Amino acid sequence: MEKRSLVTIADHSREKIEYLIQMAQEFEKHPNRRLLEGKVVATLFFEPSTRTRLSFETAANRLGARVIGFADPKVTSGTKGETLKDTIMMVSNYADIIVMRHYLEGAARYASEIAPVPIVNAGDGANQHPSQTMLDLYSIYKTQGRLDDLDIFLVGDLKYGRTVHSMLNAMHHFNPTFHFIAPEELAMPEIYKQFCRDHSIRYVEHTDFNADVISGADILYMTRVQRERFTDLMEYERVKDRYLLKLDMLSKARPNMKILHPLPRVNEIEYSIDENPHAYYFEQARNGLYARQALLCDALGITLDEIRNDKTIIE
Amino acid sequence: MKEKQLMVAAIENGTVIDHIPSEKLFAVVNLLHLDRMTSAVTIGYNLESQELGKKSIIKMADKFFTNEELNQLAVICPNLTLCIIRDYEIVEKRMVTLPDELKGIVHCANPKCITNNEPMQTHFHVHGPDRRALKCHYCNTIIDLEKVKLVEKKG
Ligand SMILES: [Zn+2]
Repeated sequence: MEKRSLVTIADHSREKIEYLIQMAQEFEKHPNRRLLEGKVVATLFFEPSTRTRLSFETAANRLGARVIGFADPKVTSGTKGETLKDTIMMVSNYADIIVMRHYLEGAARYASEIAPVPIVNAGDGANQHPSQTMLDLYSIYKTQGRLDDLDIFLVGDLKYGRTVHSMLNAMHHFNPTFHFIAPEELAMPEIYKQFCRDHSIRYVEHTDFNADVISGADILYMTRVQRERFTDLMEYERVKDRYLLKLDMLSKARPNMKILHPLPRVNEIEYSIDENPHAYYFEQARNGLYARQALLCDALGITLDEIRNDKTIIE
Repeated sequence: MKEKQLMVAAIENGTVIDHIPSEKLFAVVNLLHLDRMTSAVTIGYNLESQELGKKSIIKMADKFFTNEELNQLAVICPNLTLCIIRDYEIVEKRMVTLPDELKGIVHCANPKCITNNEPMQTHFHVHGPDRRALKCHYCNTIIDLEKVKLVEKKG
């Protein structure tokens, strides 16, 4: 079988992204199936991430696969000095596919080169987190009815936020206009702005965050502004509340505007917004299940046609 | 021209590296471990050059380079000229240019890169319109060619 690892969304064309979105739509219609019956999915979390692991394991379980793996690297040989290669080769003997999260950058790419089974990257350090990107794209598509020609506003930590960097990479196929809203210390790095210029992506930078600034948004993508990212704690104290989204800031929002957040949130979105029709972050997290079902099936070589003609659906 | 021919004519077998920008000469000397060589080495420093202003040249008797060594050389100075001498004749003359990919030649500058934590080869792609940077195949870190650290070779 052809190996179909998923290391980064940057490897995917526009067509492939649209294809995976169509697949996710099928799983949203019918999430419970026996499509992966007889398959073993390994989830190797060399770094804990409960949300991502539960989402992948639910995706596998709802498709009838069995799941093996570890959630905490302390109980595995990883800390006893075994190399990543040895762990991957050992697990490849047992599983049909490996979902892995690792604290080192490039770990998934390396694993995909040595493993005889497909690898799905569930996050490698600050580098890539393609299943998050895929569920973000699916959420944008679902709420806007398209991916093309959207005004996407990214707010908060744009310097270290890996999800916003992946978003630039994935959206460059779809003629977006980006607005970067961040404190100076956490502004979008030059290398990503260069990426935008290289791909003729329009972008506008702001440090202010208010109703007028966000009135032109189709998507308002919020990220955490974390204390530990600041070298100057005085600066943190000055800006931390400036990037809090408050209910009254939605007064001029476009009717179709949706608020996304990769979760967990700390202090970025007022709780009173949760009931507002613009809030979408909880549904966004549920979309992660369908997006990950699509990614697992695609990595295992199951096609959209097979999913549409699937006879194993459990009603 | 006459001077260069004289220098080349002086070795029976070996290699001449020409068109080294003079400010890079000592980096090249270090890279090639010339201090450990036992055969004859001649170094010309700050010679007149039409293209470079000042150039340097190194002539090594009985020394022939592997592709890996040439790739290392290309990382620290692009566009060198390499002449291979056998029996007092130049049998091969070519430019040493940076290949599109470098495997096991330079270190990744990112301490959290998998290549710095696993017994494996590094892998870089030449990056940027002027080819003056490298991008890590694994962690995507981009390093300026002027700042790269070469992988130490044994021996
Ligand atoms: Zn690297």
